[in-house]
Amino acid sequence: MSQIPADLRYTRSHEWMRTLPDGTVEIGITDHAQQSLGDLVFVEVPEAGRQLKAGDACAVVESVKAASDVYSPLTGEVVAGNPGLATEPELINKDPFGEGWILRLKPSGGGAAAESLDAAAYEAVVAAGG
Amino acid sequence: MGKRTALYDLHLAAGARMVDFGGWDMPVGYGSQIEEHHAVRRDAGMFDVSHMCAVDLRGAGVRALLLRLLANDVGRLAAPGKALYSCMLRPDGGVIDDLIACYLDEKWFRLVVNAGTADKDLAWIKEHAKQIGVAVVPRRDLAIIAVQGPNARARTMPLLPEGAREAAGQLGSFFGASCDDWFVSRTGYTGEDGFEVALPSEAAAGFWNALAAAGVARCGLGARDTLRLEAGLNLYGSDMDETTTPLESGLAWTVVLAGNRDFIGKAALENQRAAGEAQKLTGLLLLERGVLRSHQKVFSAAGEGEVTSGTYSPTLERSIGLVRLPAAADGTVEVDIRGKRSPARLVKPPFVRNGKPKIEI
Repeated sequence: MSQIPADLRYTRSHEWMRTLPDGTVEIGITDHAQQSLGDLVFVEVPEAGRQLKAGDACAVVESVKAASDVYSPLTGEVVAGNPGLATEPELINKDPFGEGWILRLKPSGGGAAAESLDAAAYEAVVAAGG
Repeated sequence: MGKRTALYDLHLAAGARMVDFGGWDMPVGYGSQIEEHHAVRRDAGMFDVSHMCAVDLRGAGVRALLLRLLANDVGRLAAPGKALYSCMLRPDGGVIDDLIACYLDEKWFRLVVNAGTADKDLAWIKEHAKQIGVAVVPRRDLAIIAVQGPNARARTMPLLPEGAREAAGQLGSFFGASCDDWFVSRTGYTGEDGFEVALPSEAAAGFWNALAAAGVARCGLGARDTLRLEAGLNLYGSDMDETTTPLESGLAWTVVLAGNRDFIGKAALENQRAAGEAQKLTGLLLLERGVLRSHQKVFSAAGEGEVTSGTYSPTLERSIGLVRLPAAADGTVEVDIRGKRSPARLVKPPFVRNGKPKIEI
């Protein structure tokens, strides 16, 4: 079974969001997503300053098995991509909700946010095979 | 629901992720694919390959049958137990399947064929065996477990039935020995030393558990794929099929055109050789970050081609693949990876053998 921390928000495409004290939002992929992908060998993170719209492909996670896009759940400006992933993509496998974060975003409030789910709703998506 | 091997329940109990492979529900991995891969390169790992089909051919005409059916020359198999890798061809030279043929005696050869092609292989073999009076017996009563890695033989030997143990200990590379319903061969699909053990299905779970207790790592089809690709071994259906000949698939070394032997597909291969093969299959090393995947387009000075197999190589920590390109292609090429062209170098497989890199990085 995969972990689904109760204090985070989720998307149907298996990203998670954590609002930090300064109002920026940390984004990564879920434990379920990393389990499905298997060993990650390559992660491409967005550069600071890039403007993203909700639903934009903003990162690429590539495992031994497959490449997959990561979609921004929010509209805003990238504050940072996780620099550790360039040399240690396996951080996502080891600690998907912590050290394996992918980007931090400053939400602009403009544009419609993609549908976000609480832990219970996301668990139902995973259980349904989504 | 797919077909299940005798070890299906044990795979689930060990936490395997199951996938469909050639109509069978097979374990793709039990945890980290990279750790499974390294276990085989550095120590010992085991694979359930019971989906592959052992086929016994029995009768006085069996050697004559295989001289006709196989592109490689079973006339070269003189010592009992010696095995040979070969393609079985259509009259137009297309590859029906690749297989291992083992010579046991003048009235008995054993083949091991791929899972997804087993039905059409059997139909093809039977059609020709009938005329020559050879019995074709698929052995679905057997499970097959491959134990591979530098320590594989030492771990496996004590667990074999007493009668098979001594014979197994004396096997040279690409030899097999049978003992009752157990059949041990020093073959594999990983580029490492080891055994492939065919055994009665009812004995499979006990043997598998004993291997695990002896420290042999459970490995899935995912690791099997990265290992075989590092070893430069083709996968039927990806790297060659009925639309390609062995000469265009990096398998010219398995084809014996010399001599009077007339095998099915020979004339087509001779014509292709005389005209010069238009395309070839060779190795590819990605020079930048990213991962080669099958069907990616490849651009060379001699024309376009396609990646037929691609993956991340855990041993080299680079991406490697096999590519089909115009025969004249050479040097550095470009690969379309997710819309971006990345440089890659053509190299001669294997990439890794017996735990050691075989190409310059």
